[in-house]
Amino acid sequence: MPEVKIDKNKCKACGLCIPVCPKKILKMGTERNDYGNCYVLCTDETSCIACCLCATMCPDWAITIQDDK
Amino acid sequence: MNDKILLCGNEAIAEAAVQAGCLFYYGYPITPQNEISAYMSKRMPEVNGVFIQSESEIAAINMTFGTSTTGKRTMTSSSSPGISLKMEGVSYMASCELPVVVINVMRVGPGLGNITPSQSDYFQATKGGGHGDYHVIVLAPASVQECADLTQTAFELADKYRIPVFLLLDGIQGQMREPVLIGKPNNINSYDKTWCLTGAENREPNVVKSLYLNDNESEAHQEKLQNKYKLITSNEQRAELYKTESAQILIIAYGTPSRICKPVVDKYRKKGIKIGLFRPVSLWPFPKDELKKLDLSVEEYLVVEWSAGQMIEDVKLTVGSRKPVNFLGVLGGRPMTVKEVEDKVETIIAKHGVHI
Amino acid sequence: MTTYTLPDEIRKIRSHYCPGCGHGILHRLVAELVNELDITEKVIAIAPVGCAVIAYDYWKFDVSEAAHGRAPAVATGIKRSLPDKVVFTYQGDGDLLAIGLSEIVHAANRGEKISVFFVNNNVYGMTGGQMAPTTLSGQKTLTTPYGRNETEIGPPIDILKILQDFKNVVYLARGTVTSPKEINKTKEYMRKSLQIQMDNKGFSLIEILSPCPTYWGMTAINALKHINETVVKNYPLGIIKDE
Repeated sequence: MPEVKIDKNKCKACGLCIPVCPKKILKMGTERNDYGNCYVLCTDETSCIACCLCATMCPDWAITIQDDK
Repeated sequence: MNDKILLCGNEAIAEAAVQAGCLFYYGYPITPQNEISAYMSKRMPEVNGVFIQSESEIAAINMTFGTSTTGKRTMTSSSSPGISLKMEGVSYMASCELPVVVINVMRVGPGLGNITPSQSDYFQATKGGGHGDYHVIVLAPASVQECADLTQTAFELADKYRIPVFLLLDGIQGQMREPVLIGKPNNINSYDKTWCLTGAENREPNVVKSLYLNDNESEAHQEKLQNKYKLITSNEQRAELYKTESAQILIIAYGTPSRICKPVVDKYRKKGIKIGLFRPVSLWPFPKDELKKLDLSVEEYLVVEWSAGQMIEDVKLTVGSRKPVNFLGVLGGRPMTVKEVEDKVETIIAKHGVHI
Repeated sequence: MTTYTLPDEIRKIRSHYCPGCGHGILHRLVAELVNELDITEKVIAIAPVGCAVIAYDYWKFDVSEAAHGRAPAVATGIKRSLPDKVVFTYQGDGDLLAIGLSEIVHAANRGEKISVFFVNNNVYGMTGGQMAPTTLSGQKTLTTPYGRNETEIGPPIDILKILQDFKNVVYLARGTVTSPKEINKTKEYMRKSLQIQMDNKGFSLIEILSPCPTYWGMTAINALKHINETVVKNYPLGIIKDE
């Protein structure tokens, strides 16, 4: 089951990853990171198919996908 | 290259550069330095170097910048208006600490001016023609032999201190032919090049830059440059003293004007007048230490320039105002005559009656 | 299952770029390509003056700064000195098409064996969103507050049209970063440009339409829409030249 790692202090809440996720499991959080930005959360890692479209889209190198299967 | 050949100053500079291991030359046409590019366009293929006539002086100085980042010896040349275009690039090189040799074969300015010789770029070269607190080493030849020798000195100093070095000569020197012996330096590769951009193989990546957005780093970088300039000022002052023993009248001139003054010194020495010539070879750092030593015996200074008077300010900064600093300036590139200098010396002698 | 990790060639730090800026994506593509083509120890980049001026803070390989617009000349000096290295410039539209137009045209005409990655976001970003040579007709910017007026200051310029007839220019393409598909297509254009250089074939330039949410006055998502719906009309995507 892949692990979706989002570095909360790199994310600038641009939201570009959210619409590209085919499983619609990314959503903007309401917590603030150390820079005052909200950041994206993965709501259901079990549905992640490790397609990495979110990581491809991210302009801030905040997303890494680890697939240990 | 072990016997004398007849070359013009420009060609001597070009061949001396090649012998000093400069295999990358970038230039743009402008009188009176065209012989340098023409020579390089023939010569570089022979030594499988690179010659590019660029689209502008701005492009040329930035190509030189690029080659210099790789640690290879490189040179560009131009004349006054073209040198103005290169000034931003020189300012970048000064901050990036890039060894480069820049030749300025001076013509009359400002503006398009005249293609005849002049020394009116002294301030531009020695006081920093570009932006920021920086200096470049400036050497001034007075003969074709010195054009060759000082070009090779320029490459050594550029590598030794990681700094752009200018040769400041006038149009006559560039075009005048004299027999010259081109040297063959052997210390070309004895300089640290670990900072260069060669592809980060077995080392951390290198960056060549002049942007320091962090205040402390920015200040530290500027202090590093200023310390370098202090070191060069104490180590690299150069001047020729011609019959200056106990001189009471001291002529100060560089480049071609200095050669016009020498016969005047000879003539009046024969008449028993204690007169000599102090010829700065390094314009930056200005050879103030040597000049101060002569001050004791001097009663009148005479600065002779092919301009409205620029080096005279450095002379006054050095010798102060206790003794008169007379000035003879020839403008517009009109040839300076020996007689003009003689007449000026006569007026100075007359001021002092017989005893001088 | 694939996984995604950042290549070593990019420093894992928070960038200075605005949220949704295309530079972040493109810096990563460059780093991925340098890694995948195994040229980390052979590549020398030239950074522009503009938002990407401190690209060397993010790329872990040799980088040189260049005065505004002069990167192609600096690249010429480097490539001519080290022909076996891989040399690329990374420039913005003000850098390449305004002050540096002479340098890029002549480097291309000489056929310098370098790669040029040209990031077109229609404005000057670093200095506050002024008009650039690529600002679209009618587009409002800091210095075209009433919208760019073609009759007064001319339409946006297309560098690919200018360069396509140059004999020594072997590959020209325009991509964008508006979706993973477009990002991957752009990455392949950039890969080919580097490969062409390594095969010593000649000069190549890749233009990338990039979003600037801050100075377009749009959200990051809408900026991508704006590219797909409007900018591409003026700057069509695809391979323009492939000798």
